[in-house]
Amino acid sequence: VCSVSPGGDGVRFAFTDHQLAMRDAVRGFLEKECPPKVVRDAWTNDTGRSGLWSRLGELGVLGVLAPEAHGGFGGSFLDLVLLLEETGRAALPEPVVEHAAVAVPLLDGARAEAAAAGDITVTVAAPTGVVPNADTVDLVLVGDDFAEPGSLQLRQRASVDGSRRLFVIEPVPTSTDGDAFDRAALGIAAQLVGLAAHMLTTTVAYAKERRQFGVPIGSFQAVKHHLANVALALEFARPVVYRAAWSVAHGDDGRSVHVSAAKARASEAALLAGRVALQVHGAIGYTTEYDLHLWMKRAWALAASWGDAAWHDGRVGRAILDADHSPKEQ
Amino acid sequence: VDLTFTESEEAFRAEAREWLEANVPRPPLPSGDTRDGFARHKEWERTLFDARWAVVSWPEEYGGRDASLMEWLIFEEEYYRAGAPQRVTQNGIFLLAPTLFELGTKEQQDRILAKMASAEETWCQGWSEPNAGSDLAGINSRAVRNDAGGGWRLSGQKTWTTRGAFCDRLFGLFRTDPDAERHHGLTYFLVDLRAEGVTVRPVERLDGDEGFAEVFLDDVLVPDRDVLGAVNEGWRVAMATTGSERGLTLRSPGRFMAAAVRLIELYRAQTDHADPTVRDAVVRAWMDADAYRWQTFWTVTRLMDGGRTGPEASLVKIFWSELDVRLHETALRLLGADAELVDADGGEAAWMKGWQFALSGPIYAGTNEIQRNVVAERVLGLPRR
Repeated sequence: VCSVSPGGDGVRFAFTDHQLAMRDAVRGFLEKECPPKVVRDAWTNDTGRSGLWSRLGELGVLGVLAPEAHGGFGGSFLDLVLLLEETGRAALPEPVVEHAAVAVPLLDGARAEAAAAGDITVTVAAPTGVVPNADTVDLVLVGDDFAEPGSLQLRQRASVDGSRRLFVIEPVPTSTDGDAFDRAALGIAAQLVGLAAHMLTTTVAYAKERRQFGVPIGSFQAVKHHLANVALALEFARPVVYRAAWSVAHGDDGRSVHVSAAKARASEAALLAGRVALQVHGAIGYTTEYDLHLWMKRAWALAASWGDAAWHDGRVGRAILDADHSPKEQ
Repeated sequence: VDLTFTESEEAFRAEAREWLEANVPRPPLPSGDTRDGFARHKEWERTLFDARWAVVSWPEEYGGRDASLMEWLIFEEEYYRAGAPQRVTQNGIFLLAPTLFELGTKEQQDRILAKMASAEETWCQGWSEPNAGSDLAGINSRAVRNDAGGGWRLSGQKTWTTRGAFCDRLFGLFRTDPDAERHHGLTYFLVDLRAEGVTVRPVERLDGDEGFAEVFLDDVLVPDRDVLGAVNEGWRVAMATTGSERGLTLRSPGRFMAAAVRLIELYRAQTDHADPTVRDAVVRAWMDADAYRWQTFWTVTRLMDGGRTGPEASLVKIFWSELDVRLHETALRLLGADAELVDADGGEAAWMKGWQFALSGPIYAGTNEIQRNVVAERVLGLPRR
């Protein structure tokens, strides 16, 4: 049970049955509707998207943070984080973090309702000026304001991840909303956890199947230790991401530091997962015919977006080393 | 998800903090891994026990407070925050006791547990042998049935026995079925180190303390009442212990949080930071200790819901042991050329001592190479061969 009352039943670090059921529903939906072919198609189709947007709205993924009065779920980041992890696991080619995690809480009534339903798409200009999917959206959050894409000077750029349809905006936008930045970084962190988990799972399966020297390559200790290191990185990134989700949901004073810890460790876990996945797969993983590169390149792109691990470690460092107070210790 | 402590948990924390602040010995005790230091630590353990802080998670009848897992973690955080002494009873209270609670008889529990908690009887671990380290199933020490004596006659050699030269009793595995191999035919015995036929030779460790010992057993009579669990089932019995060792109980996050905070203090005490990369290492050590804390709360919630620790415990052991090495390595970088001065006043010399101890972490309780095998095979499901 997710209790949110201070001084309630005590520390309880687990998701509710409802949150887990919603995760399972989204996972099931994406396994069926967003197989690797859909990700691959987004590299070459006209939109760079999946065609699943309105169904994601129906499923409730897009409106988690929208008020119930505007057709949303009236939920918190704790209700959203596992769903974003699933969109990462599936490498869903959609601006779902920008839309559902960043923009929706900032939209007014009618637009919030349309956004929750998936009738419109809203993207966000990152602090670097990068705007994903600007050619197919209805609104762009630039700094602290929403703008119609037609009113913006946008130039298309090519991402190493061909399913990321990128544009850049000049001048680089500035935002005063630190919470919006944190929601973006945390949403991306959740996706990175999902990407890492997928690459670990598929690589373990490959290592059990692929035989050399008469045995599965997964029986070799060198391969085992590579994969154990990925499991280790994931095991200690996940709770940090979920803890940041709690802090964002509750407006905890330390939320920016917690988000930074989440983004740093999730970025590292996903990069390591990609590196190990490629090494264990060998030459087959080095081809674009094989699906691994779709996930690996997404991880490369997302690990560096909204602050890479070093940037976020630096933000934590400023909080714990330069501030007057000692680091928070319970 | 709810990450706020209850009022009663906060009250428990406050009570622990207040008691520790009033009672933790100043200046710190000498190392508990020396003969004199061990005696001083036994006194400290008695003080803890009398105030019912020695084994907070145990039942009251054995000196505990029936504390929840969460309260135990809170106590650990406060214990290390206060800079309280190392626990020389740890191998008894954290490794043997969980097995006794799970598989021991009531007679054994009543006879052993309270004396263990009060340090009236101190326990050491007898796993490793000259030919059985990471490959624990290679145990050669044997036990032969002795009906006339009402027990078993034990012979063989145990080694790397922590504080073996100072402890009263040893728990370990011995081969009771000479025809069985590897994991089969072993039995878990509780051995009185004062018994006839036992010879203990202290061995100096890397840090200069006589913290290790070799234990030679020559036809030592161990009565039936000191067999833990069923005869020839020792492997299964022992695994209950290593589960707790690798997982939650041996090295809780509070220890590393406290060390990371001390590291930050060391960093702040310096005005000239010639090497900018050391700052990153300080931050990272604190973040990793914090990550361990949340991973532990995640696991504890699962355990409180009725789950058990499984092979995932190997991930935890890898994480804290490698974190501990990095953390101390960073402290030595901050100290620079002063790090070698082990007679320094203040807390500085403690970092070199702590570093040497940290280096043992990836080795003891199953090397991290073995742990990575366990993760790969039993968490990820990769083939053994």
